[in-house]
Amino acid sequence: MILGGGGPPIPGSFETTGRGPRLLSGGGRRATVISTASTVAVLAALVAIFLLAPGSAQVRHTFFSPANMWQAFVGNPKKGYYSVGAALWLNIRMFIAAEILILIVALVIALVRLSTSPVMFPFRVLSMIYVDFFRGVPLLLVILAIGFGVPALRLPFVSAQAVAVYGVAALVLSYSAYVSEVYRAGLNSVHQSQVAAARSLGLSQATTLRHVVLPQAVRNVIPPLLNDFISLQKDTALVGVLGAIEANEAAQIYSSTVFNYSSYTVAAILFLLLTIPLARFTDRVIDRDRRRRLAGAQP
Amino acid sequence: MTAPEAAPGARPPAEGEAIRIEGLHKSFGAHQVLRGIDLSVATHEVICLIGASGSGKSTLLRCLNLLEPIDAGRISLWGQEITGTGVDPNLVRKYIGIVFQSFNLFPHMTVLRNITLAPVKARGVPRAQAEEEARALLDRFGLLDRQADYPDRLSGGQQQRVAIVRALAMRPQIMLLDEVTSALDPELVGEVLDVIRELAAGGMTMLIATHEMGFARDIANRVCFLAEGAIVEDAPPSELFTNPKDERTRRFLRRIVEAGRL
Repeated sequence: MILGGGGPPIPGSFETTGRGPRLLSGGGRRATVISTASTVAVLAALVAIFLLAPGSAQVRHTFFSPANMWQAFVGNPKKGYYSVGAALWLNIRMFIAAEILILIVALVIALVRLSTSPVMFPFRVLSMIYVDFFRGVPLLLVILAIGFGVPALRLPFVSAQAVAVYGVAALVLSYSAYVSEVYRAGLNSVHQSQVAAARSLGLSQATTLRHVVLPQAVRNVIPPLLNDFISLQKDTALVGVLGAIEANEAAQIYSSTVFNYSSYTVAAILFLLLTIPLARFTDRVIDRDRRRRLAGAQP
Repeated sequence: MTAPEAAPGARPPAEGEAIRIEGLHKSFGAHQVLRGIDLSVATHEVICLIGASGSGKSTLLRCLNLLEPIDAGRISLWGQEITGTGVDPNLVRKYIGIVFQSFNLFPHMTVLRNITLAPVKARGVPRAQAEEEARALLDRFGLLDRQADYPDRLSGGQQQRVAIVRALAMRPQIMLLDEVTSALDPELVGEVLDVIRELAAGGMTMLIATHEMGFARDIANRVCFLAEGAIVEDAPPSELFTNPKDERTRRFLRRIVEAGRL
């Protein structure tokens, strides 16, 4: 109860009773009534502005036409457009493949950067350049460079992949740079005395890393890791520029075929359905972690 | 270390000189922490290191465990030099356990896992056997009911006793204790000192850095007073505490007495 006040939760209010951050501050029934009224007023104002705007009817037709939204969702190849809902499956597959690869590649980069052996010096420099480079270049440019550059090389096998594969490769290259920094922060957060304790017991450096340092490091950075993955979920939409029929690209094809933007609304709703559960899950992890720490402070 | 490892699992001889330290120097940057330490410890001997904070007690223990590389001098265990090149520190550490002031238990593992990790991963003991041995040790020190707990559920005294058990699970021949009661609330010091007394009674060779002068007087065969990285005085406790020879020892003990700790 960091934000919540006293008093029992009131049915129908926004106040959460269990896990998760409380949306309400202040105490009791009066605060709940005020916040409910305030919420209703703000929402009503926003809806009123939308409905009373001079171009409201036009916008409602082009962005929120139920018939167009349904058409875009199910698709109709005979009329030249694809199902946005089916196309989302490609986003999901790209996301899962990229996420697994990123977790591995980023860990390797982080470990190289934190290595101390003189033999590793050139690799340390390379990993530093890598992280600087891919954090600095916009993801869209990386996708374009990989997606159009690698096939143009006309190498056997490497240049003959589906566009989604190049998209995933670009996502992995770019996100691994970010995630390696998250890992690095986590590895640094494990106190040196833990390493001393493990090594003093005769454990090798590798065993110490595997059983003592990494589990604590990863636990410390799960919230920022999940945060990066929420962002990765929607960045899969950028792969559409290569012509991969993912949800955003399918929506664009619909809009340029039928001249109605409701397909983008469908894509937006689908992405929200994808990212919100992960966001709530992240909240729960953070909350559980906080409660564990609080419990630990009073043995 | 070569000879004691000739046969896997072979133990060093249980008698004679266990540790010999000759001309040990150690600096951190420009700061000279140890300036020529010479010390010989017999098997089964208990030696307490006393001295002000920063006198080099902890660094000496960390050098013995090879946690700190030394700058000059040599350390031998049962006649085998361990500070030369080509010595596997992981092998040396199987003979020397160390317990730290801040416990350093692994917070993400239960008490039982804390204790069995090293025997399983470093000594190759089957897990079931390691757990059985760990439970026996926990039972011996009255901690069996905490085996499934995570360290943060334990009191400081319990955590430190678990840390001692964790070091003992590697069956070391020598134990180094680095101010193991300094981080504890006064009422928890006794239970940890009792554990150390039991180890001494069992014949464990020990080097103990401590601020507990009464305890040092009880348990030590010899007490070494360190100042500015050197052993100023090395004598049996009856002698060192009642009739210190060196002026610096006298001054240190006087301050301790004034602080009410002796």
